[in-house]
Amino acid sequence: MNSILTACSDGDGPERKIQFLHGTTTLAFKFQHGVIVAVDSRATAGAYIASQTVKKVIEINPYLLGTMAGGAADCSFWERLLARQCRVYELRNKERISVAAASKLLANMVYQYKGMGLSMGTMVCGWDKTGPGLYYVDSEGNRVCGDLFAVGSGSMYAYGIVDSGLKQKDLTVEEACDLGCRAIYQATYRDAYSGGQVNLYHVHSEGWNRVSQSDVLMLHQQYQAEKA
Amino acid sequence: MAARYDRAITVFSPDGHLFQVEYAQEAVKKGSTAVGIRGKDIVVLGVEKKSVAKLQEERTVRKICALDDHVCMAFAGLTADARIVINRARVECQSHRLTVEDPVTVEYITRHIATLKQRYTQSNGRRPFGISALIVGFDCDGTPRLYQTDPSGTYHAWKANAIGRSAKTVREFLEKNYTEESIATDNESIKLAIKALLEVVQSGGKNIELAVIRRNQSLKLLESKEIETLVTEIEKEKEEEAEKKKQKKST
Repeated sequence: MNSILTACSDGDGPERKIQFLHGTTTLAFKFQHGVIVAVDSRATAGAYIASQTVKKVIEINPYLLGTMAGGAADCSFWERLLARQCRVYELRNKERISVAAASKLLANMVYQYKGMGLSMGTMVCGWDKTGPGLYYVDSEGNRVCGDLFAVGSGSMYAYGIVDSGLKQKDLTVEEACDLGCRAIYQATYRDAYSGGQVNLYHVHSEGWNRVSQSDVLMLHQQYQAEKA
Repeated sequence: MAARYDRAITVFSPDGHLFQVEYAQEAVKKGSTAVGIRGKDIVVLGVEKKSVAKLQEERTVRKICALDDHVCMAFAGLTADARIVINRARVECQSHRLTVEDPVTVEYITRHIATLKQRYTQSNGRRPFGISALIVGFDCDGTPRLYQTDPSGTYHAWKANAIGRSAKTVREFLEKNYTEESIATDNESIKLAIKALLEVVQSGGKNIELAVIRRNQSLKLLESKEIETLVTEIEKEKEEEAEKKKQKKST
């Protein structure tokens, strides 16, 4: 993921004309029983697949997750720093930090480096006393609250699946997990820069848990069989 | 600027005292009395109003200040020092709203004020703040709170407390009279505060300033008319009590 950025950039700072592709697909959506977070695991350097087993979900703490899109180093560094900040908040105030506050801390941290070349597009997902929380934070300084986000080169394909799947209200946990999985799978099917495995997490009132890790090729065979 | 000074003013004495802090506490004892009461659905702050000079505008002398919509404080001690502390606390309340997207809890802002005060007991070229503060308010979950800070930077939660001149007398009165019944209703809590102040204040309702915060409402300063009404009510109750006692004795 990092190499694709250096290959695309002109070398000088603010004059970049090329959009960063963020070769990845990550998505997260809120539903009745919490938040589903689904990501792929491919890292590319141009046309070379550097890795098929990248961990794109960062476990900030037992009830907060962050996703990784853009620069791998930027995402993991700042989210680890966020984890430290969240823990200090918890100790000082004797209560868990809210998702809004955690995402605000991250956004403020990276805003100080705006224009200096950070590349990070992350979704901060968690559950706090106001219920499920989902924020999109990036290195440009955006911080947006929402019910559904997909980030990366495969995001458009993922949006198509999730938007149609979310039309039926009140999904069960199983249905929501399946939706997330299918959305990432479809994105990996069409987007060359996404692939590997689908890592699926579910955030609920007690915290998050890792639902599954499914290889995309296995999913392909499974869905083909279902069609027949 | 503190950065330029290289000598501390607040240093330990051989027997472990920080005399500057203790002198600051003496300054607090000279200030006018303030009392705070934590009721069930209301928190009350009362202060002894010093008589103003004839030509002075009364409105500018305010010892009870709002820190945010749901928190306010009263102080005893150096008014000028209090102004600085209150200003910093007000800014911190808003900064907290900005970074955490939530109003401060009463404990948080008390901790901030206390940390500020402690910092001034351990800095070059600075003296401690000469104020004790009573901070009252409601948290987001609706719990009423009352905290007291002092010049050393410590803070504690209280059900009812008094600071300033004659604080000891008032506190003893409160220890005797703060019961579940005495704070059963909002009105009773307010009357308890007035009764406590009347113990030490000279001439009744005119020298008392009272403020209340009710759950989900902002700070309200009681008008002197309301205070007078309550004072007369209290005096009537006292007379009735005295009458009852006399009758008991005679029968």
